[in-house]
Amino acid sequence: MNQKKQNKEKKYSFWGDTWKRLKRNRLAMFGLFIIGLLVFCAIFADLIAPYDYATQDLMNAYQGPSLQHWFGTDEFGRDILSRVIYGTRISLQIGFIAVGISLIFGGFLGAVAGYYGGKLDNFIMRVMDIIMSIPSILLAISIVAALGSSMTNLMIATGISYIPSYARIVRASILGIKDQEFIEAAKAVGTSDWTIIIRHILPNCLAPIIVQATLGVAFAILTAAGLSFIGLGIAPPTPEWGSMLSTGRNYIRDYWHMTLFPGLAIALTIFALNVLGDGLRDALDPKLRG
Amino acid sequence: MSEYLLEVKNLKKYFKTKNGPLCAVDDISFGIRKGETLGVVGESGCGKSTAGRAILRLHEPTAGQILFNGQDIVKYSPKKMKEMRRKMQIVFQDPYSSLNPRLSVQALIAESLRVNNIGKSDKEREEQVKQVMDVVGLEERLINSYPHELDGGRRQRIGIARALILNPEFIVMDEPVSALDVCIQAQILNLLGRLQDQFNLTYMFISHNLSVVKHISDRIAVMHLGKIVEIADSAEIFNNPRHPYTQALLSSIPIPKVNLKRERIILEGDVPSPVNPPAGCRFAGRCRHAMPVCKEVCPELKQCGNSQVACHLYPAEENSVR
Repeated sequence: MNQKKQNKEKKYSFWGDTWKRLKRNRLAMFGLFIIGLLVFCAIFADLIAPYDYATQDLMNAYQGPSLQHWFGTDEFGRDILSRVIYGTRISLQIGFIAVGISLIFGGFLGAVAGYYGGKLDNFIMRVMDIIMSIPSILLAISIVAALGSSMTNLMIATGISYIPSYARIVRASILGIKDQEFIEAAKAVGTSDWTIIIRHILPNCLAPIIVQATLGVAFAILTAAGLSFIGLGIAPPTPEWGSMLSTGRNYIRDYWHMTLFPGLAIALTIFALNVLGDGLRDALDPKLRG
Repeated sequence: MSEYLLEVKNLKKYFKTKNGPLCAVDDISFGIRKGETLGVVGESGCGKSTAGRAILRLHEPTAGQILFNGQDIVKYSPKKMKEMRRKMQIVFQDPYSSLNPRLSVQALIAESLRVNNIGKSDKEREEQVKQVMDVVGLEERLINSYPHELDGGRRQRIGIARALILNPEFIVMDEPVSALDVCIQAQILNLLGRLQDQFNLTYMFISHNLSVVKHISDRIAVMHLGKIVEIADSAEIFNNPRHPYTQALLSSIPIPKVNLKRERIILEGDVPSPVNPPAGCRFAGRCRHAMPVCKEVCPELKQCGNSQVACHLYPAEENSVR
């Protein structure tokens, strides 16, 4: 009787179980908190930001951090704190959506290539090799140039240029798992190929994918910044961390605060994502459950 | 309908390799009656497991017929085959690698149901899972455990439960006990025997452990390099082995008596490669009784007394050379 009751209490779904394990990881929860904070900033930027992001005040240009301007002002006297807060919108969007695009397409292509193998595998991976042989920034430039410069195209371009690396990682992980006996056991009860990939293979190769994806957000933000820098993508005065960073670079000797704060914002985002990613990877592995 | 639940006719499974086809299973035929256990023995690499998997079409057979209840399942479409899989199941050798480490016991066993759309709700499936866990002797408290938390015997019980929950008629046992230690082997074997009586199951029991096969089988097929060399009732094989390979195999069973001396047949030489196997009898190179004809003509499986033997020592009419 007692045992039965315990069973009822102990019962969690897969995701519930994962969440329970994640909650116990303090660092991961800290990461999640920061991500939440950033998302909050992005949504309520209008309310939080003390100044408008585009209002110029040339008299007060290049000011260091002060009580009026916590993060100082830039070369046009715009408040950097406000720009960083508004920048969260653009940068997070670019980071997540671009990674989302490359993860979905790259993951799909890699999964198909790895699982079915043979000619299909060869074909997909050779196409990926071709894409990889073009420097990703160059590829992104040509895509944006072809599609026209806008934020959507910027995200698509950044996403596409990182597809091959995800495809490779997913394919490699699948190759290591698809020959294990439990895959055959799943086939024996009649599981379809697609269910096998989604339910049996992918959860077992999440670790490298999560690591790659969290780093990918950083790469995506920086690539987008690079594109904005050469005039493809986000047009000024729209604040974007990457472009703020590249503008600030010109004044780094005299006005360090112009690069420091957007840089910190990027670093903090990446750190939070990494920590969260690590925690998620551990939480998804039932072997590590306590 | 024939007397057999499962009848295999001229089954072949070749794998492509760089040096030509690898004849893992080469033209084997046998039948298994309902409720019977057919033991399949042979040394490593002789094609036992491949045969078992080819029968379930986990490996597509290269040629041949597999008649289940008189229906040739080789021709079945994937959709029909999926339904068929409910009647034919398999238990794997290694309970450590045959269970997805990310799924709980509940999810592992319920998977068979979910995939086949049996049971209306998760709740109903859970009830069924609990029932089958009880049948295979898994404590109910383990339902939310993960495979890595369980020992080999319990894991193998999960494997059996996964197969059993679909109510199959026929189960291929692919060395189900060889990865377990001895006392657990006995438990699992007894469980399998009990389940067979309870659900009127038909087994194809693949093993390289002759003592295990002797314990559980009604009939035994001896395989050597992709061919069946002898097939007979269990007692007949052990009391009156006819094929030289069977004789050698039986003489290798250890007998737990210290002072017992007996003649052991030590085979010389290596097993020929299954890629481009020799013409004639594949055992000829290592056989004590090899004759010139053995290297040229491949012997067919013939009735000889109470067994079927593929050997030139035994001409079709029963007058023994031995």
